[in-house]
Amino acid sequence: MEILVILVPLALMLGGAGLVAFLWSLRSGQYDDLDGAAWRAIADDEPPQEAPVKR
Amino acid sequence: MQVTRDFSHYVRDAGAGLRHIDLAVEGVHCAGCMAKIERGLSAIPDVTLARVNLTDRRVALEWKAGTLDPGRFIDRLEELGYRAYPFETESAEAAEVAESGFLLRCLGVAAFATMNVMMLSIPVWSGNVSDMLPEQRDFFHWLSALIALPAAAYAGQPFFRSAWRALSAKTTNMDVPISIGVILALGMSVVETIHHAEHAYFDAAIMLLTFLLVGRFLDQNMRRRTRAVAGNLAALKAETAAKFVGPDEISQVPVAAIHPGDIVLLRPGERCAVDGTVIEGRSEIDQSLITGETLYVTAAQGTPVYAGSMNISGTLRVRVSAASEATLLAEITRLLDNALQARSRYMRLADRASRLYAPVVHATALLTILGWVIAGASWHDAIVTGVAVLIITCPCALGLAIPTVQTVASGAMFRAGVLLNAGDAIERLAEADHVIFDKTGTLTLPDLEVMNAADIPADIFELAGRLALSSHHPVAAAVAQAAGARSPIVGAVEEAGQGVRAVIDDAEIRLGRPSFCGAEGLVGLTDDLDPEASIVAFSKGTAKFILSVRQGLRPDAQAVIAALKARGIGMEILSGDREPAVTAAAHALSIPEWGAGVTPADKIARIEELKRRGVKVLMVGDGMNDAPSLAAAHVSMSPISAAHLSQATADLVFLGRPLAPVVAAIDASRKALHLMRQNLWLAIGYNVLAVPVAISGVVTPLIAAAAMSGSSILVMLNSLRARSAEREIV
Repeated sequence: MEILVILVPLALMLGGAGLVAFLWSLRSGQYDDLDGAAWRAIADDEPPQEAPVKR
Repeated sequence: MQVTRDFSHYVRDAGAGLRHIDLAVEGVHCAGCMAKIERGLSAIPDVTLARVNLTDRRVALEWKAGTLDPGRFIDRLEELGYRAYPFETESAEAAEVAESGFLLRCLGVAAFATMNVMMLSIPVWSGNVSDMLPEQRDFFHWLSALIALPAAAYAGQPFFRSAWRALSAKTTNMDVPISIGVILALGMSVVETIHHAEHAYFDAAIMLLTFLLVGRFLDQNMRRRTRAVAGNLAALKAETAAKFVGPDEISQVPVAAIHPGDIVLLRPGERCAVDGTVIEGRSEIDQSLITGETLYVTAAQGTPVYAGSMNISGTLRVRVSAASEATLLAEITRLLDNALQARSRYMRLADRASRLYAPVVHATALLTILGWVIAGASWHDAIVTGVAVLIITCPCALGLAIPTVQTVASGAMFRAGVLLNAGDAIERLAEADHVIFDKTGTLTLPDLEVMNAADIPADIFELAGRLALSSHHPVAAAVAQAAGARSPIVGAVEEAGQGVRAVIDDAEIRLGRPSFCGAEGLVGLTDDLDPEASIVAFSKGTAKFILSVRQGLRPDAQAVIAALKARGIGMEILSGDREPAVTAAAHALSIPEWGAGVTPADKIARIEELKRRGVKVLMVGDGMNDAPSLAAAHVSMSPISAAHLSQATADLVFLGRPLAPVVAAIDASRKALHLMRQNLWLAIGYNVLAVPVAISGVVTPLIAAAAMSGSSILVMLNSLRARSAEREIV
C-alpha cells in the first residue's frame, strides 16, 4: 500500500493540471465565441503570398 | 455645410500605441463571412487585429494609432457587403459577461473537486464492505476534506452570497436551504473524520454544488446571449445626431457623445435622438412613438421635441435638454415610478416553493434528532441521522427544477424572435389571460406603406418612386421603397412643404400635396376609406393619381388575433390615437373592445380595474406613453422598434415585422410553467421516497450520492422537453 504515497499525489497533480488548463483557457477568452471556433477549425489556410504582414 | 463622422467616442486605447474599436456587424452567419471580413480588414495597412466573433456577431479591430480613420473600416465592410456600426458595451452587458465568467470558474473548480473526491470515495465505499484499514479510510477522508473544503468555499460563493442577501433582507430563497445543507454536510463530515467514523459526506456536498452550478451557468449564459443580441440591435439602430461643432459645421456623432446644451440639426425624414427645444426652423413632426397620435404636430421655435419624434417637412435646430432620454414628460415619469413599485411585489415560483420547503425540511431534521434521542439513541448518532436527512433532502433537484426549464424555454423563445428582459417573465407570461394592445407601432408597423399601389399602373408607380427618391419626406421615402426605385430622376426640384417636380420626356411630373399636383378633385373619392392615411398625389402631364400612405397592420395581425382567441385569451385595444383610426383597426382585426384617445393614466386605470377582477393582463405596446402601463401590467411586451423607455420597461421584446412572436412566447411560457411545476413535483416525489430512508438512519454516502445525481438528471431531462421546433428569426 506504500504505492499510495506516489499514486495519490500523482492523481491530484493530474487533476490540478486539468483545472489550471481550464482556468487558463477561460482567461484567454477561448469560450467567448464557441460558434466561430467551430468553423475556424475547418477553415482553409490562407495562401502564403496573400497573407497580410502581421506584427 | 460640411458633415463629418466622428467615432472617437467608441475608440479605446489598447496600449502600446494601439487603438481598439468594436463593431456590430449585420448579416454575419457563416465561416465564409468570417474569413472574408477578417481578410478584407487585415489587408488595410496598419491594422494589427481583425477578429470576428460569430456568436455575438461583432468584429474587434486594433490598429496602430496614427492617421487611420475608423470610418474606413465601416466603408470597407460596406464594400464587402456588410453593414457595420460602432458598438459600445453597455454596463449591464459587461456585468453579465463578468458574472458568466465567474460562474464558469466556480463550475470548473467544483467539477475538479467532485471528480477527485469521487476518486477517493469509491475506494472507501468498496473498502467498507471488504478489508480497508481504518487508518487508510481516515487518510482518504482527510484527503477528501483537503480538496472539498477550499473548493466548496470558492465554488459555493454564488449560493452563500445570495442566501446571505436573502437572510439580511429577512426573507428566504432557494439558496438558503442549499447553503445550510452544504455547510452542515461539510461540517459534520469533518467532525466524523476527526472521530474516525465510517461515513463522510464530502462527495455529496461538492457534487451538489457542481450540479447546481451547471444550472446556474446555463441560465446566466442564456441571459448573457440575449443581452448581446439586444446590445447589437441597439447599435444597429445607429442613433446619431448632427451636432454643430462650429457655426456652419456639423458632425454626425453618436447620441452618447451629446451633452445637454449642445445644438443639433434635425433634417426632414430624421428621427430625433435627443430631448430638447426647437430654437430655429418650422416643421411638422410625427410624435406617434411618444403619444400614439398619428396626426402630425407643428413644431416652431420653443416647441419641445422628444427622442423618438420623426421630423417630417422642414429643418430644425434643436437645443438639447437631455441626451437620450434623461428627461421625459413629467406625468409619464410619475406614473412609471408608481407602477414599478407595485410590480416588485411579485413572488417567483422558486421562492414560493422554497418558502414552503425550507421550514418543512428543517423541521423534519429536528424531529428526526429528537425522535431518535427519545427512542434511546445517543445524541451523536441522532445528530448524524438528522444531518443525513438534511443532506438527502438538500434541494439539488429543486434548485435545478426551475432554472433548467427557464434556460431551455428562453432558448426556444430566442429562436422565435423574443428576447427576455426580466428573469421571472416566463412565469408571469404563462399566467396572462387578457391582452391589451396598443395600436400605433404595435398592431401596425412603425413604417409607412402605400396602401393602394395595386390600383396604379406599374410604370406610373415606378416613375413616382424614382421621383420620390429626390425628397427626404418620410411619405416620399415610403413611396420610393414601395416602388423599389433605385435611380433618381436627374434635375428633380423639391419645393419645401409642397412636393417634388421634374421634367421627363417633355412632360412635367409632380409628386406631393394634392394641391401641388392639381389633384384636389380626386381626394374626396378616397379619403373616407382611410381616416389615418396621408394622401399624396402624382401627376404626369394631365394624368393624375392619388396615393394613400399609412402605417399598415402587421402582416399576420389577423392570424395572431385569431390564434389568441382560440387560446381563450381576452383582447382589447387601448390607443392614444383618434377614434376613427382605432375603430378601423379594431374592425379590421375583429377585436370587440377598444378605447381611443386614451391617456397613460387612463390606461393604468383600466389595467387596475382588470386586476381587481382577478384578470392577469399582458400589455403589448411600444410608445413612450405606454411605458407606465407596461410597468403596471402583470407582464408586458414591446416590439424592438419601441421607444427606449418602453423597451427597458417591458418584460419581453420581440423582433421583426410579424406579430407572431407574441403567440409563440405565450405558448412557450405556458409549456415552460407546466414543466416547472412538473419538475417541482418530481423533486418532491423524490424527497417523499428518500426521506423515510434517511430518517430510519440507514443512509450511507453512496445512497446519498446516487439519489442526488439520479434526481438531478431526471429533472434536467424533463426540462429538455421545453425545446420545441420554432422557426429561426435571428
